Amino acid sequence: MCGIVGIYLKSIKFEKSLGGMLSKMLVSMESRGPDSAGFAIYNSEKNKIYKYSICLNGMSFEKFVKEIKNKVKITNIDKNSDHVILKSIEKPNKILPILEDFSTISLVGYGKSIEIFKQVGSPSKIVKKFNLDNFSGTHAIGHTRMATESAITTDGSHPYSTGEDECLVHNGSLSNHNNLRRKLKKSGSKFSSDNDTEVAAGYISDSLKKRNLKQTLNKGLNDLDGFYTFIAGTHSGFAVLRDEIACKPAVIAETKDYVAISSEFQAMAHLPNVNNAKIFEPEPGIVYSWEK
Amino acid sequence: MILDLKKLKLRSVNEKLQNIDRKKNKRDFIISNPEGNHAICAGLTENIDVTIKGHVGYYCAGMNQNANIIVDGNVGTGVAENMMSGKVHVKGNASQSAGATAHGGILIIDGDASSRCGISMKGIDIIVKGSVGHMSAFMAQSGNLVVFGDAGEALGDSLYETDIYVKGKVKSLGADCKEKKMSKKHKTKLKELLKKAGSNIKPEQFKRYGSARKLYNFNIDNVSNY
Repeated sequence: MCGIVGIYLKSIKFEKSLGGMLSKMLVSMESRGPDSAGFAIYNSEKNKIYKYSICLNGMSFEKFVKEIKNKVKITNIDKNSDHVILKSIEKPNKILPILEDFSTISLVGYGKSIEIFKQVGSPSKIVKKFNLDNFSGTHAIGHTRMATESAITTDGSHPYSTGEDECLVHNGSLSNHNNLRRKLKKSGSKFSSDNDTEVAAGYISDSLKKRNLKQTLNKGLNDLDGFYTFIAGTHSGFAVLRDEIACKPAVIAETKDYVAISSEFQAMAHLPNVNNAKIFEPEPGIVYSWEK
Repeated sequence: MILDLKKLKLRSVNEKLQNIDRKKNKRDFIISNPEGNHAICAGLTENIDVTIKGHVGYYCAGMNQNANIIVDGNVGTGVAENMMSGKVHVKGNASQSAGATAHGGILIIDGDASSRCGISMKGIDIIVKGSVGHMSAFMAQSGNLVVFGDAGEALGDSLYETDIYVKGKVKSLGADCKEKKMSKKHKTKLKELLKKAGSNIKPEQFKRYGSARKLYNFNIDNVSNY
């Protein structure tokens, strides 16, 4: 099953309450995905600083800080439960190999605006654990997981991020992910789990090197086999795509202030002015995107 | 009587509607703040009027018998699924599988219905004033599907004996579905259905689609394909 949610703000009116809006959406999708939950929230800082979202996986924060300080120039490091946001002016091609040398931790995302938090447990616990209500930003994507094709682990949780400021959440299952993973590995992509969605995220990251998001997802209609409703995020916005059979649900509500998407309308019932929103289902095989 | 889903639990609201107080004999209900909840008005059996003020989730008015239910908003997957009798009127749009497997009664949708509208319908009359999505009336067995707008891909795939009437364009017909002649009998039936939906559009503006009946029996010439 799984639940997916997303909000894209068209005006600055709700930037401060973005976390709170997403938090309620995630909790109401608990019935679709009680196993794990996660969210990506975009908040541009408009400078040269990169943010690295890291899950400590049991390593102590103090030990991590001590070790990383010797290797990287750090601007700031914030602990949020078992996750850490490390800020640095150093570029991903330098930092990523250093982080890979740590055997326990996992990098869940990086970029100039994205922050990702995901963990095993019920969505209501996860949003409290990471204090999602206190986050602000320009757009955000979330996922509640009912695990099917791979284990209930942090690595198996969504969103998946396989490129700078990129992320993907997925409701459905892919049937050609093993072949596609092999192909992508040959051309240099790296994967940290056996999960099908991570392959789709890797596919999108690989394609984004040559195409924009809309072109990428349109190409995905031919290359990704299986059931899906995707929400793919970038630094400038997000896009939604349902496969052509369209078994996996999605509903969009659009007002002058925001665009919200979720698996079921009940996740959006609390949003401001939603009863006057334009509400529609994304049509199968059509890419919908909202970008700044 | 107003039943507020912000204050009452869904189960208690449904129980109240399923077991109305016959002594008081109140048969008018309004449900407020549905907030996308699932299974609202499921399993009603009495001749009562219920108006739901807002958008609802999945399987609204499922298994309905006798009740007259109006949804002043959009509905999620499977509205009026397996309805036996009564009437369901959706003022907004419907998600997929509207009227699925329903045996009787009438379902009117003022907006659009998405994919698989009337899948495996078994006697219900469905009137959609907007358009329907792909694979509508898939394996439909009996009853009527009337569409004022357009129909998506593979309309009436693997159809049995449902009559489909479409005023707009049909993107493609599914296996064993074909356009059929609109006889006097069909025009009379369609006119009656349009009247029930409060429309005065002329039946002549619709085209009728039905089963080509080629899939009813195994064709021995195809044996080498298996």
